[in-house]
Amino acid sequence: MSPIISVSNLSKTYGSGFKALNNINLEINKGEIFALLGPNGAGKTTLISIICGIANPSQGKIAVAGHDIVSDYRAARSMIGLVPQELHTDAFESVWATVSFSRGLFGKPKNPAHIEKVLKDLSLWDKKDNKIVTLSGGMKRRVMIAKALSHEPQILFLDEPTAGVDVELRKGMWEVVRALQASGVTIILTTHYIEEAEEMADRIGVINKGEIILIENKTTLMQKLGRKQLTLQLQGRLDCVPPALAAYNLELSSDGRAVTYDYDTKGERTGITSLLSDLRNAGVRISDLDTRQSSLEDIFVSLVRAP
Amino acid sequence: MNFRAIRAIYLFEMARTWRTLLQSIVSPVVSTSLYFVVFGAAIGSRITQVEGVSYGTFIVPGLVMLSVLTQSISNASFGIYFPKFVGTIYEILSAPISYLEIVIGYVGAAATKSIILGLIILATAGLFVPLHVNHPIWMLTFLVLTAVTFSLFGFIIGIWADGFEKLQMIPMLVVTPLTFLGGSFYSVNMLPSGWRTLTLLNPVVYLISGFRWSFYEIADVSVALSLGMTVCFLVACMAIVAWIFRTGYRLKN
Repeated sequence: MSPIISVSNLSKTYGSGFKALNNINLEINKGEIFALLGPNGAGKTTLISIICGIANPSQGKIAVAGHDIVSDYRAARSMIGLVPQELHTDAFESVWATVSFSRGLFGKPKNPAHIEKVLKDLSLWDKKDNKIVTLSGGMKRRVMIAKALSHEPQILFLDEPTAGVDVELRKGMWEVVRALQASGVTIILTTHYIEEAEEMADRIGVINKGEIILIENKTTLMQKLGRKQLTLQLQGRLDCVPPALAAYNLELSSDGRAVTYDYDTKGERTGITSLLSDLRNAGVRISDLDTRQSSLEDIFVSLVRAP
Repeated sequence: MNFRAIRAIYLFEMARTWRTLLQSIVSPVVSTSLYFVVFGAAIGSRITQVEGVSYGTFIVPGLVMLSVLTQSISNASFGIYFPKFVGTIYEILSAPISYLEIVIGYVGAAATKSIILGLIILATAGLFVPLHVNHPIWMLTFLVLTAVTFSLFGFIIGIWADGFEKLQMIPMLVVTPLTFLGGSFYSVNMLPSGWRTLTLLNPVVYLISGFRWSFYEIADVSVALSLGMTVCFLVACMAIVAWIFRTGYRLKN
């Protein structure tokens, strides 16, 4: 797949001297959903703002489908729809007017049928004549998505699209995003909800302190860094792990009624069979067991915390 | 040229005007009528004639200019300041439009609004005093030039301002005094010679003088000089706007 966005050696230093981005290199593939994860202040929004033309880069180059975002900004920007994090709306405009305005601003001829479709997809059709100020936060968020989709972008940036949106609505948005991807739109989203990235993304990029610290396919990432853990509930109590089992690095729970064992599913041997038989030999009896796979959240936290 | 974008911005801004009709059109008309009552009828009745024209008639061009100047500045500064304030500027900055197109959209709408306003005030004035326009084409030229120039100036203020206070500061502290001292209500020739020389440093004098000439063929300074000064100011504003967009001053980080 060819990259639809390519960022090379991008750095951004603000007037205050704060270095928000440091030598970012990133390629986004056409048609993928790319999730950009990072703690607050990591540089996610700055990166998106520069790609979309809202902030100037200090150094480096960005091309959107081969168009340089500075010298060929018209071609580059007309491909991009942006849904910023903050709810910036024209309070006294109607939903229909503001969405139509966006289409005109991006130089597209009027197309009421398309706007109607976008509003219907986002369940905003019955609100089309309402002033934005009368809408709820979740609806305003959808109005902003509608504005971004009004000009039929090939790339959609969603900066924290589901912040402050209830669970049901969030699921609805995911469906919209999936349908967009199916129609060929490339989607870049930033999120705090790791669950969202885990659910939606094809690839994950982790950004921290202005640097990309990892870019990986989601499944590869989860396989590579995800760990599995086996928890065994014991019939009796143990004061300490029997010495014969030292090699397994078992962790005994504080009440002495459970042990946990970390293992790697990709390893040639998980060691589970021998652990179970060794436990039996040591006279430890088991009442229950369960296994758990580390989530993207665990991976993320361990990556960002790493020195 | 992204004409659709210019049209979108222009229509958006004009829609704001119609939405706030009372504030944008009615209130300037009311305040101008008050000027007529106070200066034209009450005080004007005690002043005979100024350069061969009755005082009430004499002040009409100045009053129109006063409104056009202040309204151009406030329309344009508010038009660009408000998206900055509420954050919707993100969409303008991320759209495939050039700076020139942004300026044409915003400044065009602000100027249109104040030209309409100027003509309404002129019509209102016609109800109070007999009016005669000797050079309608020149009258319109000065009106349009002034509206565009001061809308550009307002646009600059709107970008520069980072609070509502600053938005009001320049119009209140600079433009209003300059307009009042620029010969709206008197002929510069009525001043003592020292003051007259000082007054010639005021750019508004040239605008009002040229505009008044197009009505009555009486002027404080030559028409060519009026036109030249207006164009100079226009060019200066354009240069500042070009610089703002080139550097992203107060718009882009």
